Amino acid sequence: MLLIPCPFCGARDETEFVYGGDAGVERPRNPETTTDEAWTDYLCFRDNPQGMHRELWFHRDGCQRWITIERDTRTHELGAVRLSRS
Amino acid sequence: MRRQPFRAAEGGHLVDRSEPLRFDFDGHRYEGYQGDSLASGLLAAGVRIVARSFKYHRPRGVWGFGSEEPNAMVTTGIREDARANLKATEILLSDGLEAFGQNAWPSVAWDMGGAVGLAGRLMPAGFYYKTFMAPTRGWSALYEPLIRRMAGFGPAPAAPDDAFYAKRRIHADVLVAGGGPAGVAAALAAARAGARVVLADENVRFGGALLRMPGEIEEGDGLAWIDTAIAELETMSHVCLLRRATVTGYYDHNLLTVAERPDDDVEPSTPAVRLWFVRARDVVLAAGAHERPLLFDGNDRPGVMSASAAAGYAHAYGVLAGRQVVVAGNNDSIYAVARLLRGAGVAIAAVADSRSGGGVPDLPCRMGWVVERAVGSRRVRGVLLRRADGKPEDKGERIACDFVAMAGGWSPTLHLHAQARGSLDYDEERGLILPGRAGGVNRSAGAAAGRFDLDGCLAEGWAAGLAAATSSGHERPVGPPPRSPNRSAGDAPVSWQVGPGKRFVDLQYDVTAADIELAAREGYQSVEHVKRYTALGMGTDQGKTSSMAGLVLLSEALGRPVARTGTTTFRPPYTPVPIAAMAAGLVGEGRDALRRTAADDWHEAQGAVFTAAGLWRRPRYYPRDGMEEVETIEAEVRETRGGVGIVDVGTLGKVDIQGRDARVFLDLIYANRISTLGIGRGRYGLMLREDGRVFDDGVIMRLGEHHFYLTTTTAHQHAVMQHIEFLLQTVWPELEVYASDVTEHWFAAALAGPGSRALLGRAAPELDLSDAAFPMMAVRAATVAGLSALVFRMSYSGELSYEIAVPADHGLALWTRLLSEGREDDLTPYGTEAMGVMRIEKGHVTHAEADGRTTPDDLGLGRMVSADKRGVGKRSLDLPALRQKGRRQLVGLSVIDTQARIPPGCQVAESSDMKPAPPLGHITSFCYSPTFGRAIALALVENGRARTGQTVHITSPMTGLSMAAEVVPPVFYDAQGTRLHG
Ligand SMILES: [Zn+2]
Repeated sequence: MLLIPCPFCGARDETEFVYGGDAGVERPRNPETTTDEAWTDYLCFRDNPQGMHRELWFHRDGCQRWITIERDTRTHELGAVRLSRS
Repeated sequence: MRRQPFRAAEGGHLVDRSEPLRFDFDGHRYEGYQGDSLASGLLAAGVRIVARSFKYHRPRGVWGFGSEEPNAMVTTGIREDARANLKATEILLSDGLEAFGQNAWPSVAWDMGGAVGLAGRLMPAGFYYKTFMAPTRGWSALYEPLIRRMAGFGPAPAAPDDAFYAKRRIHADVLVAGGGPAGVAAALAAARAGARVVLADENVRFGGALLRMPGEIEEGDGLAWIDTAIAELETMSHVCLLRRATVTGYYDHNLLTVAERPDDDVEPSTPAVRLWFVRARDVVLAAGAHERPLLFDGNDRPGVMSASAAAGYAHAYGVLAGRQVVVAGNNDSIYAVARLLRGAGVAIAAVADSRSGGGVPDLPCRMGWVVERAVGSRRVRGVLLRRADGKPEDKGERIACDFVAMAGGWSPTLHLHAQARGSLDYDEERGLILPGRAGGVNRSAGAAAGRFDLDGCLAEGWAAGLAAATSSGHERPVGPPPRSPNRSAGDAPVSWQVGPGKRFVDLQYDVTAADIELAAREGYQSVEHVKRYTALGMGTDQGKTSSMAGLVLLSEALGRPVARTGTTTFRPPYTPVPIAAMAAGLVGEGRDALRRTAADDWHEAQGAVFTAAGLWRRPRYYPRDGMEEVETIEAEVRETRGGVGIVDVGTLGKVDIQGRDARVFLDLIYANRISTLGIGRGRYGLMLREDGRVFDDGVIMRLGEHHFYLTTTTAHQHAVMQHIEFLLQTVWPELEVYASDVTEHWFAAALAGPGSRALLGRAAPELDLSDAAFPMMAVRAATVAGLSALVFRMSYSGELSYEIAVPADHGLALWTRLLSEGREDDLTPYGTEAMGVMRIEKGHVTHAEADGRTTPDDLGLGRMVSADKRGVGKRSLDLPALRQKGRRQLVGLSVIDTQARIPPGCQVAESSDMKPAPPLGHITSFCYSPTFGRAIALALVENGRARTGQTVHITSPMTGLSMAAEVVPPVFYDAQGTRLHG
């Protein structure tokens, strides 16, 4: 179980958070001119990297902030942690 | 009552001889002392057979001393109090304890399976796999009934376990796993340095190996030094000492679990097991080592046991495992064991040392001799010794004894280190697998790291404790480390095989050396496969004593080095943890917080029947004297539609939205346009997920220029907040919008029915309720029943209706004042059942319809989606999959037979025959409609809208019921909406 250092609340147990997926996914700026393929890519397709992964977590039982975490998918080692809204 | 024939005249630092206890084993009564384990009590009483083996039903006795015990599995208690698969070595004796040996019928002493030797022939290595491949007739007719009778562990208890289990979560700087010399030294050093320390040990007393064999520390008795150190730790408020507490798991980010089995008789509220979750900055792994067995024919006979355990029973409990012993082994520990046993009154028949040369003059040593076979069946009566380097035809020498203490060397406990994904190194010269690079933040010390001398354990433990304290930021001076003159512990050479016969590797699962060789001959290469094929190490002891021998034998059989074979994966828990301990706090009352609306006290006083809605409880209906539930719900509906009703809607999620860009944002998160809403007006809004499916719905009210108030469904309060924050913080951070969950701040009640205007008119006299002044979907601030309130005119029931919201603290006052004001109107409080009936009659969707798969168009809400604006989910609605023909669409179903009632879980089918066929759709909501006098339903049906007017069948293959129904538009009640105006 991860111990996540929330920039607001300090180190907190994983059970306080909700996982929010790949932080690298960007919503297309103009959805209406985005092709079906590109939109479906945005909706459904994610990389499954072995190693460092930038991902979103929501501190549901804490400050209600979305934070971006670097996590090694092999070891759960955490890298940089920051607020998603910079 | 039997006396204690195998209790020595004196000795036993764990027992209190002034306090005798009585206990029963397999129906016989025995006596032991306070402080005994069940194992030591049984040995003292002379009980040698305590269990039958898993596969062969061979008689088995006590083998070990603690959690490594593979044999002595027992059940304590009977019926609902029964606890199965406990180790006799871990059970504290208590007065009146009842225990039973396992896996035997009628008893361990006289077991039918063992008597006929049946089980063995049925179950060679891999018998599961081979048997399943035989014709199935053989399985069901012959194997299964026999195996079911013969195999398995203790019986499952007959009733739920009503014992108390608990969990506790703590943070620590340093967790020390294991309270032997290394662990206590580590804890003392870390605690003196200032670190918050948790020291956990599985025994009743700290001391580890010193509990079993005496040693010297700081020019005195080792155990006395341990006691002094523990006394010092006990004075420190930043130290937590846990006895009878096994560190069972090592998880990510240094989270470790500790299963504590507090002494039963402390107080009634003491849990049977307390499961600790310790988040430690650093961990010292000092869990010691397990003694290895020697592999000879009959090494499983009752009386053949671990040498250190035999010594331990004499030293800790003053209990002798027999009168005459053969001590056999491959390392120097056998001399200390033999001397200790001799001092306790045991006759030493022989000390067989497999190494040649050396020996000691005070003991009958046989240098270069090994045990070839244990003689005796129900208990050992002697051994056959032979020269280790002799020829096969050499005659051995038979030596009489009634127990055998075998010392095959030590295997460090690597479990926690390996669970943390640390690497393992094989030291070929010493025949040891040692912890290598650490996985989590931890360090191994003492025997767990391959240090077997007392002085080395102390030094290593002390250094590890200091390092762990330093790494967690504590550096106060700690003084010099403790020393011991015991500085050598000769390592054991690796020698596993002696002669033919039944040489057991895994005692618990009856895996022999021959089984492992057979697996290798049959082509198994991977140690993980061999484990599953033979069941080696799969017992509740997790192969603590067997894994190393199995590994070496497999490597020999495959002709390759041990390092290449590798080990199986170490998985938690290290020792079995009752599921009840893991479930503590997760079942029954108190599992979840209970949310109650401000009017809950009134509902309860009224005797309301409640239902759960997420964490909330809501009145389902209000029972009436002499009326059935169904009648009551119908009456609540009828009286609301015909007069006026009131319902508690305080559970709806409520979000306050403010900020310069609030209108822009609301247009983005709702499928329909919100920005055109005037101040003082409200609008029904539909929220989509980005994939185009309906996510939630509610009402948005505009209270000011940049101020909105919106409701969510009760179920999605948290999900909507998370969604809003996600969009605001990650997608459109440039928008200036502030969202606050104000669900708890507001209470709300809805007045519904044609009489609601008159009632509200009296409660809020200054409010103009005319259609012109207060139209549908308007919101007004007003004083209602003397309380400041927001009043919304909206309807869920289909009747003229007002929702009144007040700050939650005024909720109960609002509710009771409206109730008393409404007495002359026959105001009817109604619950979720009546509310559900009215919303089905009115065709409103809930999450039964918006189930995460349906689009707005599927639900008949396609026209709500604003064509000329962007928004979450909008783009997805143009994807081909969401536009294709044949999607299930929301329809109403009106059951033709007025007597028929719809059972739960129904399908919609073309025909009534219930033959397997793809259904047309499924029922999402159903009820008996008192308004229409028949059962009605909402359903998602393939091309449903085009089927309007057709007859379909509602089928319930589970109950065999089927009924014809007409497809109708989903709004059954007042499709023109005239009743909304009263
Ligand atoms: Zn936080």
